[in-house]
Amino acid sequence: MSTPLTAVNDFVVKFANVNGSGSASANRLFARSIIRMGVPVATRNIFPSNIQGLPTWYEVRVSEAGWLGRRGGVDMMVAMNPETWDKDIAEIAPGGYLFYDSSKPLPPSKFRKDITVIGMPMTEICNRTYSDARQRQLFKNIIGLGSLTALLGIDPGAVEALIGEEFQGKEQLVKPNLQALRLGRDYASANLACPTGLRVKRADKVGNRVYVEGNSAAALGAVYGGATVLAWYPITPSTSVAEAFMRYVRRYRTEPGTGMTNCAIVQAEDELASIGIVIGAAWNGARAFTATSGPGVSLMTEFIGLAHFAEIPAVIVDVQRGSPSTGMPTRTQQADLLAAAYASHGDTKHVLLFPEDPHECFVMGAQSFDLADRLQTPVFLMLDLDIGMNEWLVEPFTWDDNHRMDRGKVMTAADLDAGRTFGRYLDVDGDGIPYRTYPGTHPSKGAYFTRGTTKDRFARYSEEGKDYVENMERLLRKFETAKRLVPAAVRRDAQQPTKAGVVYFGSTGPAMRESLEELKARGIHLDALRVRAFPFGAEVERFVADHEVVYVVEQNRDGQLRTMMMQEMEIDPARLVSVVHYDGTPITARFITDAIARRAEARGPLPLRQVAT
Amino acid sequence: MSYFKPKLHHPKLPTNRLGFTRRDYEGPVSTLCAGCGHDSISAAIIQACFELDIPPHKVAKLSGIGCSSKTPTYFLGNSHGFNSVHGRMPSVLTGAALANRDLIYLGVSGDGDSASIGIGQFVHCVRRGVNMTYIVENNGVYGLTKGQFSATSDKGSKSKRGIINTDTPIDLVALAMQLGATYVARSFSGDKAQLVPLIKGAILHRGAAFIDCLSPCIAFNNHAGSTKSFDHVRAHNEAVGFLDVIQEQDEIEVEYQAGETIDVEHHDGSVLRFHKVAETYDPRDRVAAMNYLETRRAKGEIVTGLLYVDPNPVDLHTHLNSVGTPLNALGDKVLVPGAAALARINASLR
Repeated sequence: MSTPLTAVNDFVVKFANVNGSGSASANRLFARSIIRMGVPVATRNIFPSNIQGLPTWYEVRVSEAGWLGRRGGVDMMVAMNPETWDKDIAEIAPGGYLFYDSSKPLPPSKFRKDITVIGMPMTEICNRTYSDARQRQLFKNIIGLGSLTALLGIDPGAVEALIGEEFQGKEQLVKPNLQALRLGRDYASANLACPTGLRVKRADKVGNRVYVEGNSAAALGAVYGGATVLAWYPITPSTSVAEAFMRYVRRYRTEPGTGMTNCAIVQAEDELASIGIVIGAAWNGARAFTATSGPGVSLMTEFIGLAHFAEIPAVIVDVQRGSPSTGMPTRTQQADLLAAAYASHGDTKHVLLFPEDPHECFVMGAQSFDLADRLQTPVFLMLDLDIGMNEWLVEPFTWDDNHRMDRGKVMTAADLDAGRTFGRYLDVDGDGIPYRTYPGTHPSKGAYFTRGTTKDRFARYSEEGKDYVENMERLLRKFETAKRLVPAAVRRDAQQPTKAGVVYFGSTGPAMRESLEELKARGIHLDALRVRAFPFGAEVERFVADHEVVYVVEQNRDGQLRTMMMQEMEIDPARLVSVVHYDGTPITARFITDAIARRAEARGPLPLRQVAT
Repeated sequence: MSYFKPKLHHPKLPTNRLGFTRRDYEGPVSTLCAGCGHDSISAAIIQACFELDIPPHKVAKLSGIGCSSKTPTYFLGNSHGFNSVHGRMPSVLTGAALANRDLIYLGVSGDGDSASIGIGQFVHCVRRGVNMTYIVENNGVYGLTKGQFSATSDKGSKSKRGIINTDTPIDLVALAMQLGATYVARSFSGDKAQLVPLIKGAILHRGAAFIDCLSPCIAFNNHAGSTKSFDHVRAHNEAVGFLDVIQEQDEIEVEYQAGETIDVEHHDGSVLRFHKVAETYDPRDRVAAMNYLETRRAKGEIVTGLLYVDPNPVDLHTHLNSVGTPLNALGDKVLVPGAAALARINASLR
């Protein structure tokens, strides 16, 4: 028997459930009660592409130190699914804990000797207490939660407060939930060895952070970004972007007095229609967006090429999942980078934004509309399932009431009457961005014909090679301009001079920051750069130039960001070392640390960074 | 290339109530084949907009890909136009219509564009009741790629290369009626007297208006054995009636016998006056219209005219309960909930 694990505010609890059993809300209460105690948690759903009956897991990492990436490993398993029992038991760390429903006796062979087994006859208690089958199922989860508060030292008051808030206005639900909670807690206190070696202790490490999903945050960003048209087609894991947007629109976009909506939302027949509607609306001067995942982006690519060449703003939220094809629709990856960055036929490049957490989903969600209008081009907001469908503890949202939508270069009837020359594809300012007019602007000036085929500077149809080349060169100038407008990469240098760096982006953020600390402890010092957008700004080029070796950490097989860095900045491939994780689970600090340490040791020591004189 | 016409015109050219001449509704010179039926449809669109006194810039014209989709260049030169991608005009038009409900949306498409590659978008756009005039310039072939059959080619129709079509044709009119279009008509590019009022009625209609306009392809589908040739369409054309579009300011000169005409009033006060040719035909009866259409089709007739109109159409904006102000004109004050609301959202997420 290993020594039972002891840890305060630093452990991982995993719930093994069956989907459709009502476990999700109890699991959420568990996580939120720990947050209410001032201790940060990172929570992740691991779920199948299914509605009822298949295994689903919920992982809660309790970390007073604030590490919010996935840790890996399990200190306590709450095993509620007989189907996955063996695998779940095997996953528990030596010295860890198993909490399970002991209503049905299990042979000793089903247990391990090196863990602490805590059985509680939950079904039996439920059947004794409740006669209704649905209640038995639902309250079993709450009874389990009650006993966990005793086992882990969670303040029951925090859970009780949350239950009160959750069922506000539905008082008839509050009482039975509180009863079930108490039932579990009392049973555990009287019959089980409480508390275990794993304990939650009240702290002050949460601050004013909020606990929210990236998909909701991106939708809220779209509301603040002034989006008035959403066209979408259901696809996991992006569906909740549209659903959250609808929720926020009902609340914040209802015209006082009339009850009418300051917005139009269409669930289209497919992704082709979704992006078509977005393009039509944006061409006509509305801020429009769609939300999809990799397969949807594939379907949209012809239209994305049109929007690029006809220079129409469009915001595309791509919540990435395991690919290709239907791939692993409920697992996470960062594997659509190349598909998005170079979407469509011909020479095309698009603007990509990489939020690292729900907070940035909100910020960039709003910003993407300004960028799309300013650059008159599609902008991709690249989430992934890990950010999109999990609740993260992040900095609260903020908004500057002085901010005004940047609608970009739009000529008005007054501009046209003042005699300003209008050429739809005329580069007046040298930044590659032309002026546009909205349909219906002026009775006799400013109308033009939009097409994907070649045109001259005044939007007249042309098949002349020189007109085509001139236009394509201007589009390149516009892409250069984009480098200055997109969010800059964030650099954090090691405390010691080093010639090694690491580049990462998106949901890898929390795991990467934790890994940097672990690597430092192992004597490996890395400067770090979090890329936030494509095209890459000058700071990315500078970072690579400053280092002899740069690890590029990403969650796909082929090192797609690394490919883009090589392609766009003409970097020697030997200097960019790929560190990839793509099994569909969120990347962990442990994985990054091991991968980089292994490669660093194989390479031998690097000379120290030259300090400029 | 687009060839622009000289702006000069005869000083006595008639003007409409807005002071525009017919020339103000024209576009650059067409590059389609001489004698193409599509050019007649463009001329009918010009005539309809001129007669309806529409400010030219208040129309947005959208199309997909193909000969028909090239035509929006050749009319309404002062309107914004959008030549989108093949078969996808309906979605682009839907988006445009959502952004600004105050403009008139004119979708121009072909039988390849709408019945083959784009049938999905056609179907769903009609289902949603987008306020638009959707014209299919139907010639039964792919013209730009030189004469392949399209999905509206009749079974047994012979191609120029002598191939007989064996696939069942898609009847877009029947489809539109079944899918809930609230104004459905069929016409013939060779019959301007019939076509112009049908377009006017469609533009005035506040809902999904669809016109299937047979428009023989002079280059690839105008030979003996084709069921989309000028001769064939002329010989088999059976009009259910003819239409007058009476605007409020028009003086009504002729009195008609009760039972000969059916009037449908528009929101703006204008009246669609349907003069019956087929005695029992009532274009307000959708099921009867569909029966009539199928019965006549079985006899090889091409039924034309205003086939169906819902006097009380409901459009997509009404379904969505969207505000009266065009969405593209809403500013920060209306759209952005602000910092105080965000603070409350934050509080709810702790």
